Amino acid sequence: MSTANQAKSEMASTSHSANKRGVPEGLWIRCDGCEATVYKKQVEQQLGLCPECGHHFKISANERIRQLLDEDSFEEWFSELAPCDPLNFADKKPYKDRLVAEQKRTGLKEACIAGRGYMRGRPLILALTDSSFIMGSMGSVVGEKLTRSIEQATEQKLPLVIVSGSGGGARMHEGILSLMQMGKVSAALARYRDAGGFFISVLTNPTMGGVAASFASLGDIVLAEPKALIGFAGPRVVKETIKIELPEDFQTSEFLMEHGFVDRVVSRPELRLEIARLIDYCVS
Amino acid sequence: MAPTHVLPFEKPIVELEQQLEKLENQPDPSPSTRESIRNMRVEINRMRREIFETLDPWDVVQVSRHPDRPQTLDYIELLFDEFVELHGDRAFGDDRAILTGFAKLEGQKVLFVGQHKGRTLKEREECFYGCAHPEGYRKAINKMEMATRFGLPIICFIDTPGAYPGIGAEERGQAYSIAHNLREMSTFNTPIICVVIGEGGSGGALGIGIGDHICVMEYAYYSVISPEGCAGILWKSVQHKDKAARALKFTSKSLLELGVIDEIIPEPLGGAHRDHWQTATMLKGSLLKALKDLQAVPKDQLLDRRYQKFRNYGVFEEQVANADTE
Repeated sequence: MSTANQAKSEMASTSHSANKRGVPEGLWIRCDGCEATVYKKQVEQQLGLCPECGHHFKISANERIRQLLDEDSFEEWFSELAPCDPLNFADKKPYKDRLVAEQKRTGLKEACIAGRGYMRGRPLILALTDSSFIMGSMGSVVGEKLTRSIEQATEQKLPLVIVSGSGGGARMHEGILSLMQMGKVSAALARYRDAGGFFISVLTNPTMGGVAASFASLGDIVLAEPKALIGFAGPRVVKETIKIELPEDFQTSEFLMEHGFVDRVVSRPELRLEIARLIDYCVS
Repeated sequence: MAPTHVLPFEKPIVELEQQLEKLENQPDPSPSTRESIRNMRVEINRMRREIFETLDPWDVVQVSRHPDRPQTLDYIELLFDEFVELHGDRAFGDDRAILTGFAKLEGQKVLFVGQHKGRTLKEREECFYGCAHPEGYRKAINKMEMATRFGLPIICFIDTPGAYPGIGAEERGQAYSIAHNLREMSTFNTPIICVVIGEGGSGGALGIGIGDHICVMEYAYYSVISPEGCAGILWKSVQHKDKAARALKFTSKSLLELGVIDEIIPEPLGGAHRDHWQTATMLKGSLLKALKDLQAVPKDQLLDRRYQKFRNYGVFEEQVANADTE
C-alpha cells in the first residue's frame, strides 16, 4: 500500500461520524471544483473531498480534529473563554446579536478551538480556526486562545500545530483590539521558537488578511491544502486597485509554493501522516 | 498663506480668515476697524476650537489625510539634526514607501523608520501613496536588527492607508513579511517608539508598529481596517464610511480609552497641517521624554515589558471553568 493510501484508509476509519457543517445541506451537493453533483455522504466519507475531482470542501474545526488526532485523544482547553463586545459595535446588526446568531448556527462559542492531543501517538498542541464562525476571523478570544496554546506548548515543550481557516483575517467588530492580537500571537511564537519549539502551520481555504499576516505565515514548516485561497489582500481589492485581470492561480496554495512561501502542498488524506513524519524530524 | 486644500468643516473658519485678511490689509485702519480685527481674531479662535473639539471620527480621517499634513520627510527635516538614509532590503529593491536611516535627535543617535505617502505627485507615485511592498517591511526589519546589535533605539513613524494590495506584493509575500516583522520586533532588545503620525492602516501599519511606547497624534487614526473597507464589507457600500468610522473607535481618544496606546501627542489648534513647526516641536518633546523613560528601563526587563504590553491586549469573558479544562 502506498503511503497515501495507507493514510487514506487510516483517516477514513476515524471520520465515520463526519460533521455535517461545511458541506451544504441536502443529500446531494454540487462540487465547486468540477461542478459535478455528488452524493454528500460519499464526500463526508472521503474527509470532505469531492469523489469526482478531489476538490477540498471546507470542514469544521471539530471534524478536522477527528481527522487529524488519535481517536478520543483531544483534550479541549480554554473553552471557558467567550467573546464580548468591547466597542459596542453595530453595523446593520449589533455585534452582540451577531455573536449569538453565529454561536447558535455553528454550535461553537468562538472561531478557535485549542487543546492537547495525540497524532499517531505523538503528543502535541493543536489549535484551529473554524472558517464558518464570522469567517474564522481573529478577535480577542481567538488571539487569547492561540497565545495561551503557544505558551502551553512552550512550557510543556510540545510541538505545535495550528490549522487556519480564516477568510476574515482580523475581526473588524473588535476594531484595534483584533489588530493587536496579531502582535500578541506573533510575540508568543517568538518566545516559543527561542525556547526550541517546533511549529507547523497548516493553511486551509481560505487564509487571508491579518491571520495570514501573523501566525499562519510563521510556521517552521508551512503546509497548505491544495487550491486553498491564501493571501494578504482579498482578490477583489487587488483587482479594484490595479484594474487588470488576475493570474488564474493567483493566491492559491500552489501559487504560494511557487513563490516560496509554502513548504508543501498536502492533500487532506495525507495530512495526518505528513505532520507526524515532520514532527519526527525535529522533535525527539 | 492661503490654504490650498480646505476640508468641508474648515470652510467657515477660512471664510472668516479671508475677511480678516481684507481688514488687516486696509491702510490706516480706523479705531473701529481695529476693534473688528481684534474681535474677529477672537472669534476665529473660538470657532476653530469649537469645531475641532467636536470632530466626527470621519472628519478626523480627513484631517489625517490632509494633503498639507506633515509627512515623514517633513518631520525628518524638522526633528533631526542629521539623517543618514540607508537604502534597500538586500533581496529585491528599495521601497520608497518606508524610509530608513540613522538620525540624531538632539544629539541622540537613533534608527529611524518612517512610512511616507508622498507630497508631490512624483513622490506619491514613487511610494504608492504610502502603501509598502514586502521589500519595504524587509528593509525596515533588516535595519532594525542591525540597530539593535549596535544599541541604537528605534523610532517608527506610521502613516499608511495599508500595505499595497497588488500582484507583485502578493507574489513576494506581503503576508509573510508583515508576520515576520511582528515576530522579530517583539525580540529586539532596544527601546522602540512607534508614532502614528497620520493613517494607521491595519496590518500595513502594525508591520512597523510593535514597540514599547505607542503614541498616536491627536488627529491621526489607527484601525484594523480603513473606514471605506469596513463600510464596503459590513454595510455593502462605501457610502457608509462615516458610520464605519464611528463604529471602529479608532480616533486617538478612543484608542487611549481602550488602553491600546500610551500617549496622544497634541496637535496645534486646527490640526497639524496648520503649523508644521509647532507640531514637530510638540512631537519632539514627546519623543525625547519617551526615549529617556525607556532608556531607564533595565535591559533585562525591556522585552518582558513589551511582551506583557501586547499580551494584555484583548477583551473577553472568562466563564466559570469546567472541571475538565486544564
